[in-house]
Amino acid sequence: MATTEVERRRGQLAALSIAVVVIVVGVPLWWKTTETYRAWLPVSQINELSNLQLQLSADVEVVFARGTVTPEQQKKVPLTRTQDEEHSVDEDTALRYRYETRYRTATIMEEDALDQPTAAEADLSLHTLSECPCGSLVVYVIPESSSLLPQDVDVYIGQRRTALLRIGGQIRVGKTLDLLLAHLEPRIKQVLQVMSFSHTDITAALSDRVRLSPGNKESIADSMRTFKSSPGYEITFSLLNPDPKSHRLHWDIEGAVQTYIQPLLTKLASVANFSIDSQTLYYAMLGVNPRFDSSLGAYTLSPDSLAHMINPVEARLGSNAASSNPVLNFLLYVPDAQHSPLHIHDSKKQEVPTNAFHSPRWGGIMVYNVDGFYGPEAVFPVDLNINMAKVMGVFLAQLRLLLGVQSPNAPSGFLVAPCSRTGLADWELDRLMWSRSVENVATATTTITSLAQLLDQIGNIVINDNIAEQVSSAVTSLQLAVAELEAGNLRFALQYSKEAILASERAFFDPSLLHLLYFPDDQKFAIYIPLFLPMCVPILLSLLKIVSDARQKRREKQAKKD
Amino acid sequence: MKILGLLSLLATHLSANSVNIEENAGQFFSSGHTNNWAVLVCTSRFWFNYRHVANTLSVYRSVKRLGIPDSHIVLMLADDMACNHRNPKPATVFSHKNMELNVYGDDVEVDYRGYEVTVENFLRVLTGRLPPSTPRSKRLLSDDRSNILIYLTGHGGNGFLKFQDSEEISNVELADAFQQMWQKRRYNELLFIIDTCQGASMYERFYSPNLMALASSQVGEDSLSHQPDLAIGVHLMDRYTFYLLEFLEDIHPASKSNMNDLFKVCPKSQCVSTPGHRTDLFLRDPGSALITDFFGSVRKVEITMETVNLTDPIEQVEQNFVNEDLQKESYSYVDQLPVSEIIHQTLAGEDAPGSIVAVGGNGLVMPPVFHFYFTVTRHDVATRQEEPD
Repeated sequence: MATTEVERRRGQLAALSIAVVVIVVGVPLWWKTTETYRAWLPVSQINELSNLQLQLSADVEVVFARGTVTPEQQKKVPLTRTQDEEHSVDEDTALRYRYETRYRTATIMEEDALDQPTAAEADLSLHTLSECPCGSLVVYVIPESSSLLPQDVDVYIGQRRTALLRIGGQIRVGKTLDLLLAHLEPRIKQVLQVMSFSHTDITAALSDRVRLSPGNKESIADSMRTFKSSPGYEITFSLLNPDPKSHRLHWDIEGAVQTYIQPLLTKLASVANFSIDSQTLYYAMLGVNPRFDSSLGAYTLSPDSLAHMINPVEARLGSNAASSNPVLNFLLYVPDAQHSPLHIHDSKKQEVPTNAFHSPRWGGIMVYNVDGFYGPEAVFPVDLNINMAKVMGVFLAQLRLLLGVQSPNAPSGFLVAPCSRTGLADWELDRLMWSRSVENVATATTTITSLAQLLDQIGNIVINDNIAEQVSSAVTSLQLAVAELEAGNLRFALQYSKEAILASERAFFDPSLLHLLYFPDDQKFAIYIPLFLPMCVPILLSLLKIVSDARQKRREKQAKKD
Repeated sequence: MKILGLLSLLATHLSANSVNIEENAGQFFSSGHTNNWAVLVCTSRFWFNYRHVANTLSVYRSVKRLGIPDSHIVLMLADDMACNHRNPKPATVFSHKNMELNVYGDDVEVDYRGYEVTVENFLRVLTGRLPPSTPRSKRLLSDDRSNILIYLTGHGGNGFLKFQDSEEISNVELADAFQQMWQKRRYNELLFIIDTCQGASMYERFYSPNLMALASSQVGEDSLSHQPDLAIGVHLMDRYTFYLLEFLEDIHPASKSNMNDLFKVCPKSQCVSTPGHRTDLFLRDPGSALITDFFGSVRKVEITMETVNLTDPIEQVEQNFVNEDLQKESYSYVDQLPVSEIIHQTLAGEDAPGSIVAVGGNGLVMPPVFHFYFTVTRHDVATRQEEPD
């Protein structure tokens, strides 16, 4: 009797202790060993960044030349004035533009410089006087009577960061200073919108964050044409020679690239890295048949057939790129002797002077006719040298368009100086830097917030230390970039925004983040039940038995008492 | 005079530009994409699944014919049918019986082949999470203005698609992968075509915008194969893709057929199963989406109006010729086993007694021999130093 009691007691103790071990030791151990390693992420800062408040600051210096303000007015000219413009793009994004305007009068040397006969020369001599820092402008206000600008032109935009603004006829010098400043303000803002940034440009740059309904057709075409911001680009120049039996072509591509293209790319070095290569393709035919126009005595290509020219050639172009950077292709096609000369016509059947066309986000093609260089009695194959200056002029224009450097149409009354020998004016570079910084900041914030969302939603993804590091560095760079944009330091802002993009892309596209750990619930049960059920059923049953025994004993005790 | 000339130049430039932009913008407006990509996947292996490889290759052929270049196509074939040893006509994959059409031509570029076609690789290609060493041809380098065509074929079931007979991809994973692509703006519009049994279950769970999906059969139905070829001994194509191929053969790059025509391909009378489609996530009206928006690659072009006036002459690039007269160092291999040395030493050291013992480097030499040991070792060292010539 006593032994069975002891046995039973021992059995109960055994069951209880097993249950205790399972619950106290087993469950935490199982939990710990099946949890995924997730490094800490700065989630609160990321949530702050999802709500983007961007402030862009631009400095303008307004210089009054002699004859625009009277001497008494000169003394009363305010030194600085700050203007803010708020725009709310959508519920997560708000923009503020701050314009800091400084007023002063021209120095003697500047007056001398402005005394030149034409605006271009005045611009040149003004450059020698002072260097304008990146992101700011100088506007020289010249009197109505000045002969620098032609009759109907009120504003001349130079090659660096200066503009010449002529006071309109409505304002006489004798009027008050306030009226003068009020008259100048909208015109200076117009100049700023052309030379620095305009609201349409900035909202277009934010397209990654904000899917806006189409504004106007021009801005859509612009945004579709230019390449998205990328840390590097590959440029390939190809010479297509379909008829090597007739033409032996020589092109000094190395020298041409060095002289004409490299200065532009060096100037753009702060925006992106460029790598250039070139190739020659023989027996590369067009995909379309040009029609012979007897009235012109030449073969013509209509604009509809141009779209089908690219695909057959693209298959043969190959790509040298070992990186994943976007590729810009520039093709120079020399028509074969049977189909020379070949002209491209626009929709109005007019010959296109450049004889070239480009495709958005792809590159450009130029047709170069060589039939004029040899007569019918020439001995084939004919040695021909290609005029690289003409070819590179067209390619440079196409490159400017594709990179987004080309400025939109200036409003009426504006005269823009032609590009310098580098192919890029300083203010155009500033424009590009503004829009690229904003674009980078927008893209990086969306990447980081979507990554944080993804990692939050899916609890099974392992977050390694290197990802957490990249995310933290992206967040820091973003905060710095936004701060620099506020302060107006354009170069630093661009640099930080580039770092932010690189870090965020690296974190987002890390190969270890692949979500292959999708376990539907029935699969989870299928894995755990064979492991735990055989162990838990005896424990549970014995616990139940203990409880029912205890209850029975209590009932017996109660019965005994009664 | 100058002013008038300048004015007229400005005016013509402005007007020409505005007209140009208007007509181009009309083209741009319609679809909003500038490039096309295609991801074509065949998921089954073994010889009797010949028809799945033929399906994928025929879609590949149509897509290439309509203009998408190989650099923009990611082709994944899980098994090699053309060079399979059971193929009576090696290096061919036919899609029509009586061997009418060989879809495995000269320039088929397969990016993922054999065992590389796994669920993991497929998802990595879609989401872009590839290791940095992956070459360009194996990546989907699309941007926010790309239209992507995704074609899957193989054996499937309700909510899953079987890869390689050992793993499967579920419709939830696929939907999540598309959402990841949308988050990173990796596509403008996406057309998803699937030719498997119960294919419609695969697009049930999509929730990202701008997706259009077509499937060869509804949930609970089987997609059937078309016709066997008695010479080759297997079924050559699936019905849905067979009629899809026939439909696509009539499309040329300038055709204006739209998606509504594609939905009519292979009705129940021909296909036995009921093809399905899903367009509620697609923002445009399917009737305005052209077939060539996804299957072909019609480029938008703009005439270049501007040119930069370059007047500098080309500077001569400094020719840095590699120094022609490089020091021609002659290299030779070091003797691994100094056999010649040993031979020479024994020959030389025959006059000196006890030398052989000393070469062994044995420290236990008798003092009388010590002297010889030293001479021999010195000689030893001397010969060793002469080696590198």
